[in-house]
Amino acid sequence: MPIHEKSLIRPENIKTHDKLVIEGVDVSGHWSTFIEPRVVTDYNEQLEDEISAFPGGDKIHRCFQCGSCTNACTINAIEPRFNPRYWIYLIRTGMEQELLRDKDIIWQCISCHKCTHICPRDVEPEGVMKATALWLEAKGHAPKSPSHIFDDEFSRQVIERGKIEDTEVLHKFLVKTKQPLMQDWLTAIAWGIAKRLPVKWGIKMGFAQIFKPKTRGWAKARAAIEDYIHEEDDKRKQVLAGGPKQDQKLHPKLEAAE
Amino acid sequence: MVDVTDKAQKYRSVAYYSGCALEGSGNGYDVSTRAIAKELGLALKDVTNWNCCGAMEVKNIDPKIQTYLSSRVLSNAVHLDGADVVMAPCNGCYHNLKKAEYELTHDPKAKEVVDKLSTKAGHETYQAGQAETIHALDWIKATIGEEGLRQRTKGRLAGLKVANYYGCMYVRPRHIFPEKDKGAGSESTSKPHFMDDLLAAAGAENVDFPLKTACCGGAHTLSDADTSTKLVLNILQAAEASGAEVIATECPTCHTGLEMHQVRAEKRFGKKTTVKMMYFTQLLGLALGIGPRKLGIHTNISDSRDLIIQKQLA
Repeated sequence: MPIHEKSLIRPENIKTHDKLVIEGVDVSGHWSTFIEPRVVTDYNEQLEDEISAFPGGDKIHRCFQCGSCTNACTINAIEPRFNPRYWIYLIRTGMEQELLRDKDIIWQCISCHKCTHICPRDVEPEGVMKATALWLEAKGHAPKSPSHIFDDEFSRQVIERGKIEDTEVLHKFLVKTKQPLMQDWLTAIAWGIAKRLPVKWGIKMGFAQIFKPKTRGWAKARAAIEDYIHEEDDKRKQVLAGGPKQDQKLHPKLEAAE
Repeated sequence: MVDVTDKAQKYRSVAYYSGCALEGSGNGYDVSTRAIAKELGLALKDVTNWNCCGAMEVKNIDPKIQTYLSSRVLSNAVHLDGADVVMAPCNGCYHNLKKAEYELTHDPKAKEVVDKLSTKAGHETYQAGQAETIHALDWIKATIGEEGLRQRTKGRLAGLKVANYYGCMYVRPRHIFPEKDKGAGSESTSKPHFMDDLLAAAGAENVDFPLKTACCGGAHTLSDADTSTKLVLNILQAAEASGAEVIATECPTCHTGLEMHQVRAEKRFGKKTTVKMMYFTQLLGLALGIGPRKLGIHTNISDSRDLIIQKQLA
């Protein structure tokens, strides 16, 4: 299977004319396709640092663009635009505007770890995908993705009680994403099971709504985790707010010109 | 390296980490695992005060929190239950515990965070190497094995065509499973076979199923339902095309994901499939002569009761 690499040539800049003659030269047809040039000036030189500051993205600097990740990717197989190798390239070269063209699909990384498994450089591309998705939200480029809403609700229960309860996760997720509770497939499933189960199962499920499963002696663990989250959030805010890294010096010639 | 006879003895009594899913929607897996343990004389001791491993969600908030959650489970197993082997039937829990073991061995930053959080939380810090994490498949394979199953089941699953589905978390990424891909006798990350081996020993006919480690979209089963339905449909159709009547599973999320999206594929895309999903512990339980209700078969979303009657397993 060929390695997919997305071109930096924008589709709208590719021009083909059925009938065109310029200064006596016939340039009709696709053999004379023009590519309109463009100049990129709006780099974000901190982009790699910013992504590295988000959890999971810290190994992005190891990538040498072999393309094994995109080749193996589950989502790339059903959506060719989903291209981890290309996005890592854009992040490392600071091409933020190009990256933002795909901002609506980056969250769809399914964490199948085919990329992590195959990457010869331990980049952990799945981690970079998750870090990038969080970065997009933190910078206001993308709304909170459905998976982030789900992750938040799930993690909220874990941090609060130590365990999750399936129906609470489902219910709260549907509410937070403004979806109806009674959906054809969900009701079909619920009805299918309800018909088969003895009454005591229904009572047990009802009990689970009131007496939620939890871990005994969890309070201190909860406090410890919440403190850690705040500390990491603060650190990240500093990286996103900051300018060039402190130890970055200008080239002597440029410094002399300043 | 622990040799074969050592493991056969060592795994006869393990700390049992069921995880959240087995308490909830994956209850059939829990019930059947406990039932076959009892039947085979294997001891399971539930990990004291266990907590969620973090599944596929907490790492997206922060991977180090997930490492901590997994390490707390291991810490309790070692220091409160005196265990040196933790057995997890759920792929997610198994994967996360293995991942925590790897990070605590190789990443000083992870070790630092886990130590800090463990101290604040008031329990012993788990040190890498104190316990071995195994999957339910490793557990049966080492203790009873194919020979033991052949003797006890007398080929009772004969005539049942099975596609063995392992999913992602059991095999990827390779570096957290140092005991896999070690030649004969070890599990493979590219062509896993432990479940195939055990079910074949009980008489089942394993079909040639190409999507053993394909992703079912489980992590986004609700939040990106269309993608999950597409991925699940691929798996279901491939299983049917290979001639399978049942897809054997070893993970509650994969199992319920396949079942739920089988329904959704029919409702939303009009694509019907009839293959049934069953946990391998339910299949082994039936082969050992345990009744289907005791194995929680009636709690599976995909209704396999008619099929097992037809195959004279109930």
